[in-house]
Amino acid sequence: MRIAFGMIAPDAGTIRVRGRPVRFASPSDAIAAGIGMVHQQFSLVPEMTVAENVALGGHGRYDRQQVAARVLKIAGRLGMTLNPFTKVRELTASERQKLEIVRTFAHNATTIILDEPTAVLTPADIGDLFVQLRSFADSGGSVILITHKLQDALAHADEVTVLRKGHCVLNAPMISVDETSLADAMLGRAQDIQSPLQRKNPVQSRIVLELKNVSVLNDIGVEQLRNISLQINAGEIVGIAALEGAAKPLLRLLAGRMAPTSGDITQPLSVGFVPEDRLQDSVIPNFSLIENMALRNSATHSGRLNWPEIRNTTADVVSRYDVRTSSAHARMADLSGGNQQKFVLGRELNDRPELLVLENPTQGLDIHATAEIHDRIRTARDEGTAIVIYSSDLDELAALSDRVLVVGKEIATTKPDRDVIGRSLLSRMT
Amino acid sequence: MTAELALFADSVVRAVPLILTGLAVALAFRAGVFNIGAEGQFLVGAAAAAATSIKLASFPGVATLIIALTSGAIAGAFWAAIAAELRRRFHVLEIISTIMLNFIALYLISFVVRGPLQEPTHIYPQTESLAEAARLPIIMPGTRLHAGIVIAIIVAILLSWIFRNTAIGFRIRAIGAGPRAAQTAGMIDVERLSWAVFLWSGAIAGLAGAIEVSGVTFALYENISPGYGYTAIAVALIAGLNPLAVIISGVFFGALETGASALQRDFAIPSSIAGMTEALLILATLAFAGLRNRSIGLSGNER
Repeated sequence: MRIAFGMIAPDAGTIRVRGRPVRFASPSDAIAAGIGMVHQQFSLVPEMTVAENVALGGHGRYDRQQVAARVLKIAGRLGMTLNPFTKVRELTASERQKLEIVRTFAHNATTIILDEPTAVLTPADIGDLFVQLRSFADSGGSVILITHKLQDALAHADEVTVLRKGHCVLNAPMISVDETSLADAMLGRAQDIQSPLQRKNPVQSRIVLELKNVSVLNDIGVEQLRNISLQINAGEIVGIAALEGAAKPLLRLLAGRMAPTSGDITQPLSVGFVPEDRLQDSVIPNFSLIENMALRNSATHSGRLNWPEIRNTTADVVSRYDVRTSSAHARMADLSGGNQQKFVLGRELNDRPELLVLENPTQGLDIHATAEIHDRIRTARDEGTAIVIYSSDLDELAALSDRVLVVGKEIATTKPDRDVIGRSLLSRMT
Repeated sequence: MTAELALFADSVVRAVPLILTGLAVALAFRAGVFNIGAEGQFLVGAAAAAATSIKLASFPGVATLIIALTSGAIAGAFWAAIAAELRRRFHVLEIISTIMLNFIALYLISFVVRGPLQEPTHIYPQTESLAEAARLPIIMPGTRLHAGIVIAIIVAILLSWIFRNTAIGFRIRAIGAGPRAAQTAGMIDVERLSWAVFLWSGAIAGLAGAIEVSGVTFALYENISPGYGYTAIAVALIAGLNPLAVIISGVFFGALETGASALQRDFAIPSSIAGMTEALLILATLAFAGLRNRSIGLSGNER
């Protein structure tokens, strides 16, 4: 897709747009040819307003009223609300995603590529988006949807292409395939993707983490969490379902990365934390795997670092967690997202922490890497680690959790069942 | 003594302040602290060294020298601390504040050499000369080459060793390369560490000023620095922020500037050619680094 959008030049082969061979030197050539792309990792300028981001890359005079009207019109058609004069810095992840989509439409694209567009949208927004994509396709446009959610693909696509390890393994009209055959094509073998919960050991009654009447105010004094009390036991997976943004302070609190404004926390000594924004918060892309291994809890080290030992630990994690890399000396940025995440999980679990906190640990990963990550999480649970996992994918929560906490400003506990969680979340939206 | 040897010694003498201020810049940049204020820190370091050395003239020479060098480093750290505090408390960009502090330091020197520290006859805008015993020893007889080069090389080796081998050095590199990951995964107090690095960077630049006074000029006057603290940025960048490479790029720039003076004297070639060469080198280095980042950025994002 990066090739189609002019971000990478192909080594061989040709690209044709409407039958005409083209050569893209940069994304602006691709935009000029009518191709629009909605990126998974946002490509917006935080310090500019919504309207300015839409106008970016255009030519001639910038008329803010005209662009703003255009933003409102397109957003309205999509059933989305966006203030054209808000700075992108102040937008939530889902609003940024909406802006990416609006911008693509604003560039008069005839072919739109969407890379995992639903990852951070609410169910209602996702519905509106697909309605709009359908009417765009009916009016002669083409849509390429990259997704790991098989249901989305099955429900909305006319045709499906499955790529595995850079090869095209399936290309067929959607009516000829079903969920099982799609999953088979993606995995290369039949596998139950929602593997049933198999506990090896019962939940232990030892409390690992306890919060008593904890409240959190943010920098400007707005209450983010109110009077929360909860207990996490050794050897259980506790799912967190939350409206976008609400889980962030709670997870950082549990992982010991943030102090509460009031209330008591009893925390274990060793906590593993896998934050959502991998390239910003958990690894340093320009550092080698070995250096990234040394990064964990590096504040607690003193004196000289024992590099030979860190090298050995890295090699050990790489082999045990099946991290595909040329060597432990490779730069983190040169690994695929799935392998980076496997490495991070291995690093955080390496000293057998009593508590592991995960934030959207499989976001953007392919189905294979996701399955591996899930396996590791279950294994750690069976070995007695207490696990807290937040995921915006309710199916993932339902598949992994022993119980689920639904977080608004207060907390409710539900069964790990997709529909129960969903209803409980919806009841907290207003 | 041959003229070639004297010229070589002059190049190294010129390189000493460039190496030390270059190390100050490299240390700060590695930690993501954009200390553009090596010039100002150099100047206050020089002033503090001159002041203590003159006021403590009754002390034994070696003691005076050590106190002068130490007070130069402390003054440099203090000057950096102003910008560091502004950054910590009010989020003032250190790029702006350190440049402003450079000018304040410059005019502070103008004031002291006309006021409290002016030489006894009150004719020239400079301090009296340092006592012979309180000067840095010459290590190559017959030339001006003083022991400052040894100090510069020791600081470079020490910094390099810290970066490579110690936990604190690793933390410094981590907060520069990925501050958020350093905070979240490394549990490092990024603000506090970058504050400390800022002060150490200022201390090294201040030490450079103290060494210049104690080893070369033996007095404080207005134009004691021909922009060492600014050239230092080029020295550090061309060395790729690697402390050992800073020695080489420092000597290179020292030779360039010394050579340019000789060219002007002997062949009437304008010495500004050295400045032009320096600027071209910086542009070439930055362009090369930019190109490399661009190709890495594209391939690095591939999934």
